[in-house]
Amino acid sequence: MSRPALPQTCDAIPPTGAGAGSRSNWKNAGWGLLFLAFFIWSYRGAEIDLSQLFSRDSFTQILFYMMKLVPPDFSPNVLHEAVKGTLETFAISFMGTLLAVAIALSVVFFAARNLIFSGLLYEMEPKQGWRRRARMVPYLAAKSLLNILRTVPEMVWALIFVFLVGLGPFPGVLALGVHTGGVLGKLFGEVLENVDPQPIESLQATGANRLQILFYAILPQVLPQFISYTLYRWEVNIRMAAVLGLVGAGGLGQRIHIAISLFLENQLLTLIIAIYILVTIVDYVSAFLRRKAI
Amino acid sequence: MKPSSPSLIRPSAKAYFSYLFAGLFILVFLDSWKRAEIAPQLFFSPRGRASLLKFFSAMIPPDLTWNFLSLMLRPALETIQISVWGTLIAVMIGFPLGLLGTHTLAVRGILNDAELQGAPLRRSLRYGVYFMARAVLSLFRSIPEFVWALMFVRAVGLGPFPGVLAIGVAYGGMLGKVYSEIFEAVNDRPLEALQSTGANKLQIFFYGWFPQALPNFVSYTLYRWECAVRASAILGLVGAGGLGQQIEISMRMFNFNEVLTILMILFLMVAGVDFLSAKVRALL
Repeated sequence: MSRPALPQTCDAIPPTGAGAGSRSNWKNAGWGLLFLAFFIWSYRGAEIDLSQLFSRDSFTQILFYMMKLVPPDFSPNVLHEAVKGTLETFAISFMGTLLAVAIALSVVFFAARNLIFSGLLYEMEPKQGWRRRARMVPYLAAKSLLNILRTVPEMVWALIFVFLVGLGPFPGVLALGVHTGGVLGKLFGEVLENVDPQPIESLQATGANRLQILFYAILPQVLPQFISYTLYRWEVNIRMAAVLGLVGAGGLGQRIHIAISLFLENQLLTLIIAIYILVTIVDYVSAFLRRKAI
Repeated sequence: MKPSSPSLIRPSAKAYFSYLFAGLFILVFLDSWKRAEIAPQLFFSPRGRASLLKFFSAMIPPDLTWNFLSLMLRPALETIQISVWGTLIAVMIGFPLGLLGTHTLAVRGILNDAELQGAPLRRSLRYGVYFMARAVLSLFRSIPEFVWALMFVRAVGLGPFPGVLAIGVAYGGMLGKVYSEIFEAVNDRPLEALQSTGANKLQIFFYGWFPQALPNFVSYTLYRWECAVRASAILGLVGAGGLGQQIEISMRMFNFNEVLTILMILFLMVAGVDFLSAKVRALL
């Protein structure tokens, strides 16, 4: 069975299928009850009111709101603002992704187990405890740095950077770059740890040093995957860049926030259409480049 | 015999592409630099240094008093609850639309070949439904969940409920697309075998199709749930309940030590959910 497509917003690459197994009916029933209880607990906690949603009252409310959205406002100044916002969003995602690649590449070589302290590269080294432990330090530091960068969501990074450097698209770039840097660092690290050891071994046999092995045996193997992961994150980032403006970090989100706060629903629809077009174009460009890269 | 192939003399189309790409890349880079108002010097200006110092000194140590932690318990649970029902609604939206948007299920393949042979009207009707389903899914998933949340906050008021709806609609679009891909990847040998025994469509679906798709189906849904937890934790920034609302309040009041505490709670929560979801996936 082929692998489902890449996800659109979350950090990790989706899992591919699961092992099939069999369980007793009793166990099944137990799990079922547990899930049911979980759902009911969540239903009460989240103040969900599905009956309210489908009641005439709020259904008409939502419908009424939808009706207010059409027709989109295509007057010249709104359109101009939408185009400007779209280009700004694109710029944020582009620069943010580049910053992320810079961060990831400067950290990831320390965060890959087989490059920094174990595996083929170090098997000839005498087992000196202190040296190995000294190598662990940059490894652990790099790993935990990537973890911190990844754990804090883009939106929260954006809030922090808006506080640090003021409003505008620049904090958006920083937020995307820092968070995505952590994500790419993790993904790149996984790629590096899974390289085929045979080219490394044959280079080692010819007497190449570690830097030469890195450049001639490891990087050529991993580069296509690095590029493909970067493009995939770019697709995610274009979506994030479109909404980071909600907390003051520029782009289309800022205009959306204004349009919603001022009850300018027709302009809101124009901006949403702009997001749709931008996201679609970036997806196509990214898919095209990915085909070229691999 | 010619002395050499033409590709050795002049650059091939591939080389032109790389030059073109490099030029375009530099242009886009310069333009984006200007548009995104990149200004690293801001960090080194007196004001930037002052706010950096203020931020880090106020952030440490995190606020771990029982008083604050107990206040955060409810929003943290609320975040989980939002994610659970958001995912559930996403499945309710994504499953039927995903089925209608599956090519081999709606318009082609062995389920429909016999029926649609020489029935152009029925065929075009089916195609209409198929394209409608795909268009709705694409619309749902290309509007970001934050924009959905903002709109639902307008439509049904503040609180966790608009967060649930936003996740439900946006993730419904994503799940629907992935479900249709999973359904399309099903091996059709068992379906043919079932058909040759005279099973009807519904039987073919439940005994041939669904069992094959189920493992991927469940594991992708669980994976989306993990994403939903992260999303629901920050949807509160636009007024949709959960931890995000608390982050915004603390941020606005410059209580950065509280922000750090909330981020730590978030970290534990996401790690816990990832662990749980991996366990459930291993059960399958």
